[in-house]
Amino acid sequence: MEMVLSHDNNIALAKQGNRRELAKLLTIIESGERLPIKESNESWVLGVTGPPGVGKSTLIGVMIDEWVRRGEKVAVLAIDPSSPKSGGALLGDRMRMSSADNGESVFIRSLATRNHPGGLMPFLDSMINLLSYCGWTKIIIETVGSGQSEIRIVAFANRIMLVDGPDRGDIIQAEKAGIIELADIIVINKSDLPNSDAAAISIKKSLEYSNKGNDTIVMLTSSINNTGVSELIEELDNLHVDKDRSILRTKERLLSAWDYRLLSNPSLNDILLNLESGAINLDEALNHL
Amino acid sequence: MSMRIVIAKPGLDGHDRGAKVIARALRDAGHEVIYTGLRRKPSEIVRVVMDEDAVAVGLSTLSGAHNVLIPKVCEELISNGMGDVIVFAGGIIPESDRDYLYSLGVRAIFGPGTKTSSIIDFLEIISERKNSQLDVGVGEKIGWRWS
Ligand SMILES: Nc1nc2c(ncn2[C@@H]2O[C@H](COP(=O)(O)OP(=O)(O)O)[C@@H](O)[C@H]2O)c(=O)[nH]1
Ligand SMILES: [Mg+2]
Repeated sequence: MEMVLSHDNNIALAKQGNRRELAKLLTIIESGERLPIKESNESWVLGVTGPPGVGKSTLIGVMIDEWVRRGEKVAVLAIDPSSPKSGGALLGDRMRMSSADNGESVFIRSLATRNHPGGLMPFLDSMINLLSYCGWTKIIIETVGSGQSEIRIVAFANRIMLVDGPDRGDIIQAEKAGIIELADIIVINKSDLPNSDAAAISIKKSLEYSNKGNDTIVMLTSSINNTGVSELIEELDNLHVDKDRSILRTKERLLSAWDYRLLSNPSLNDILLNLESGAINLDEALNHL
Repeated sequence: MSMRIVIAKPGLDGHDRGAKVIARALRDAGHEVIYTGLRRKPSEIVRVVMDEDAVAVGLSTLSGAHNVLIPKVCEELISNGMGDVIVFAGGIIPESDRDYLYSLGVRAIFGPGTKTSSIIDFLEIISERKNSQLDVGVGEKIGWRWS
């Protein structure tokens, strides 16, 4: 027989540093349950996004090392898409952060997007609250920045870093996705390769066109040579969270929650059918919903 | 029946083509596969299984170190309270070494040339066994194994 259990005890253990309890609680949250943890405005959450292959995971790996040296406790939620066909997923980000699989100051969890309605991951804020409650001082969300739903995922963070490669093609992808406007900091990784300086200049130019104030920070790093990384950490630790961008992110989160409600409404199908046949009009449909 | 499964490469050999083929096949069968990359220590593999709250871990080894590394993973899973995790192995493991590994709680050994569909069938069965509360974890009663 199934018993209704409160998770208070497990939460207390996770807070004391029991990683197995923490891991199990994350599974529970992922399955859709809400835990009784109150929201905190204190969480430090960095969203890391950018095209596939530019070195996001590798860079996060070396950032972790740097933060751990500085006494921080770093938790990473590494998100990769689920296959729309099979529903399965290949989660390989943590393979690039392998130096982090030792020691008590790092926790990495791989998550698949699981084809939620609208591509949303409505439980991410609960995961962040839990991690923050359990004493993780730097929380990082990695996601592949290639579309609207990824923007909505990183919008759960309160600071956003866009990572790009030296290829112009990568940058164009990010521009199209509209992530440049949301980013507090833009990093051109693989600075050990040719063209990275040109890439940085081109990013700065395109920022001049799009932004008015234009205080977005642009930096160069090489995660394999470990150059620019401690400077990047300095910038991130001292980042002042821009009000306008904070409002933009909040708006994305609100839209997420709104869409999720709409798309998971049980009468959505009936309303769609009525709308399609002309039995009701759009305003009526919205009122029903 | 979709599961979270860690595919890990203990040992020093630098070939992970086989492990990657399996990881992709499991994904295509609907599982969430966490791939660790090459040359992982047993303690690191156990840590990944723990943080990822994985149901099963597949250990792929070509290096001949299976008689040390696989037992170490089994032991550490059990001593960390993760005896319910299912352990299976693949790669080059001679017939004569297998009984020892089974006696430690390894539930399946897939040799070279195994069809990925067999591994998927195995996972199907362990998922059923788990649901029926039959022994299948590395720290649970030894007896049943895939054959
Ligand atoms: N040359 C060079 N290669 C890098 C650098 N950072 C990562 N890579 C390589 O880029 C590839 C993709 O890295 P990964 O971190 O998985 O990228 P992601 O998809 O953005 O997370 C890997 O082969 C890395 O070894 C770097 O700074 N310079
Ligand atoms: Mg990655």
